[in-house]
Amino acid sequence: MALELRDVSLRVGADLHIHPTTLQLEPRGFNTLLGETLAGKTTLLRLMAGLVRPTSGAIRYAGRDVTGVPVQQRRVSMVYQQFINYPNLSVFENIASPLRVTGAGAAEVKARVGRIAELLRLSPLLERKPNELSGGQQQRIALARALVKDAEIVLLDEPLANLDYKLRESLRDELPLLFADRGCTVVYATTEPAEALLLGGQVATLHEGRVTQYGVCTTVYREPRDLVSARVFSDPPINVVPARKSGGQIVVGETVGWPAPPAARALPDGEVVVALRPHHVRLAGQPGVAVRGRVLICEISGSESVVHFALEGATWVSQAHGVHSHPVGADAAFSLDVAHCMYFDAQGRRLTVGD
Amino acid sequence: MATIRFEGLHHSYRPAPRDDADADWALRGLDLEWGDGGAFALLGPSGCGKTTLLNLISGLLKPTRGRVLFGDDDVTRLEPGERNIAQVFQFPVVYDTMTVFDNLAFPLRNRGVGESEVARRVGEIAAMLDLEPTLGERASGLTADGKQKISLGRGLVRSDVAAILFDEPLTVIDPHLKWRLRSKLKELHQRVGRTMIYVTHDQTEALTFAEQVVVMLDGQIVQSGTPVELFERPHHTFVGHFIGSPGMNLLPCEVDSAGAARFAGVAVPTASRGAGSIRGKRLELGVRPEFVRFSETGIPVRVERCSDIGRYRIVDLAHGEHKIKMLAAEGVAVPSESGHVTFERHRTQLYADGWIVE
Repeated sequence: MALELRDVSLRVGADLHIHPTTLQLEPRGFNTLLGETLAGKTTLLRLMAGLVRPTSGAIRYAGRDVTGVPVQQRRVSMVYQQFINYPNLSVFENIASPLRVTGAGAAEVKARVGRIAELLRLSPLLERKPNELSGGQQQRIALARALVKDAEIVLLDEPLANLDYKLRESLRDELPLLFADRGCTVVYATTEPAEALLLGGQVATLHEGRVTQYGVCTTVYREPRDLVSARVFSDPPINVVPARKSGGQIVVGETVGWPAPPAARALPDGEVVVALRPHHVRLAGQPGVAVRGRVLICEISGSESVVHFALEGATWVSQAHGVHSHPVGADAAFSLDVAHCMYFDAQGRRLTVGD
Repeated sequence: MATIRFEGLHHSYRPAPRDDADADWALRGLDLEWGDGGAFALLGPSGCGKTTLLNLISGLLKPTRGRVLFGDDDVTRLEPGERNIAQVFQFPVVYDTMTVFDNLAFPLRNRGVGESEVARRVGEIAAMLDLEPTLGERASGLTADGKQKISLGRGLVRSDVAAILFDEPLTVIDPHLKWRLRSKLKELHQRVGRTMIYVTHDQTEALTFAEQVVVMLDGQIVQSGTPVELFERPHHTFVGHFIGSPGMNLLPCEVDSAGAARFAGVAVPTASRGAGSIRGKRLELGVRPEFVRFSETGIPVRVERCSDIGRYRIVDLAHGEHKIKMLAAEGVAVPSESGHVTFERHRTQLYADGWIVE
C-alpha cells in the first residue's frame, strides 16, 4: 500500500523534531530509514504508525488521509529494537495474539500461525515459552506477530540491534526475502549503512530531523545529492577534505593535484570540498594519483586492512582487501582513485555535470 | 604490568557441577598465556563464556578450579581491589555531577595520588582522547560517545594497572563514532603499551583491535591466533563461520583413493596435505566467499541472487541443494543465470568432524 507524507512536521515545545517532510514511499517495497541515533528515525516511524500526531501536514495510506485515524484502526504493525513477547504465553499464542483480538476462528488462527511459523523457522518451537529461546528466536517471534495479521504497513525499528553479530547477518539475509512476496510496504530503521545496503530496496537518509535524500539504495550510496547524505551513508566514514580549483586542476594542500573533472570544470576558481570513500584510496601501484602519507593507525582484520594516514594537513583512511601492514609513524604510498571523487560546494551541495 | 596466565581454569555457576556434564560448566579447562603489553580479544557468541573469563581476570568471580596468574603471582583468590585491574563496561559509568576533569581524576585521587601528578596524568589522557576542550564541563552535558570516552579515560589514567579490561565497550555507540573510538583505542594501545583485553561478539571490533584473538564456544577455546590466521586458516568450521562476513562456505565432500577432495563429482584442490585420520569422519570443504572465482570449468552453479552492497557484491550461488556465497569486487562480471566456479587452492581447507585436516 502506498504510504505518503505530505509536509509532515513535528514540533515538541520549542524544538522542531521533524522538519517538514514530503515522502512518497515505494508501495509494496522495502524502505530503509538510515541515520544516526537521534536523527529522527523512531519519531518518523511513530508518525507513520499514528502513535504521534504531526504538528502539521498529512499522512496518507493508499491516497486516503489517515492523519487523525488512531493506530488501532490502521492496518499497521510495528516491531521494536527490544523484542516484546508475552512471557506466560507459548510461542504459538504469542504469534496468534493479534488474531485473537480480531476474533478469528480457531481453524484460521492455526493455519495462519502455522504458515508464518514455517516461514520464520519457528515451527518446532511453537509449544515453548519465549524465555526458553535465544535472542534471535525471540525476535523472530516478534516478527511473526507483526506479519501474521496481514498488515499493509510493517514498521521495524532497528529490529536487529540487540542481537549477536552472526544472528544479525542471517536475519538480514532472510528479511528482504520474507517480505518480497507479501505485498506489504515495509519501513525499516537502522543506524548502519552496511545494513541498508544489504537490505536493498529504497533508502531515506536522515539527519537532525530532516530527510536529506530518498531513492534506490545503491543510487543514494553512489550519487549522494549533498555532503550530509554522503556522510550518513558511509561506513567507514567517507574521507572529506578541503581543496581548491585552480585553472583546470583540483589541488589539495601544496603537493597533491589532478585535472578537474567535467563536473567541476565550469566552476570559477576557488574552494571546493572533495569526498572519496576509503575503498577508493587504493594500494600504491593501482590506478589513480600517487601520494605518500604518514601512517597514524593500521587496523588489520584478516580479510582487509584499514590504514589511517596524514596527508596535506588532513587525515585520510584507506580500506583495502588483504593484509597490508605499515609501521606507525612511517611513510607509506597510496593511490587516490580520483575518478570516484565527489565534489561539493562550500554549502555541501553536490557539484554534478549538469550544474 | 605482567604476563597473564590461566592454568586449567574451570568455572561453574552451579553448586555441585558434575565432571561429565558439559552443560554444568561455563568454562571448561582453559590454558592460555598472554604476553605483557599486548592487545587481546575474547570473541564468541552469547553464552560462550567470554564474560565469565573476563570476570575471573578482574576478580569479580573466583574460579571453581584452576589458577589465574599475573606474572609469578597467583591472584586466583584475590579480590578485585587487590588486583590492579581497570575495567571499562558496556555502558558509560560517569559521575554526572562532576566535571570531566574530576571524573578522569577520580581513580587517581582515590589512591591518594598528589594533585600535581593528577593534573599531569589527566592532561595527558585528555589530550589523547580529544577531551581537553571539555575538561571544565559537567559530564552530564556530553554525548554518548563523549561519556564512553570518559570511561575509557578512567581506565587508562592509572599507570600502575596490570591490564585494562573492556567489556563490549562500543555496543551502544553508533557506527560512525564506533569507527572513531575503535581507531582511538588502537592508537592508545600503540602509545601506552598497556595490556588490553577486549570482550566482544562483534568480529570487526575484535579483529581490528587485537593482535591475538581468542575465539570461544561453549566454554572452551576453539582457536587462538592473529586476525590473519583466523581468517586464512580457521582450525575449526565454527571459526570459519563465525569470522568473516559472510562466513566460510562449508560443503560436504568425499576424499577419493588418490587423496583428492571431491565435491559434486569435481576434484577440488585444497591446502590440506595429508589425509590423516579421516576415516569414518564427516568431511567438509571450507572456502571463504572471498576466494571463490568464476571460471570456464569447475563446479557448475546457478546464480540465485546478487546483492550490490557498494564496495562489492555478494553473490548467492547454488549447486543442487548446496549454497555457495561469493564476493565479487567492483568490475567483476557476474553471469545472469549459471556458470562455473573454482576455489583458490591455498585458501581451501579440508575439515574432518569440524576440525582442520593439516
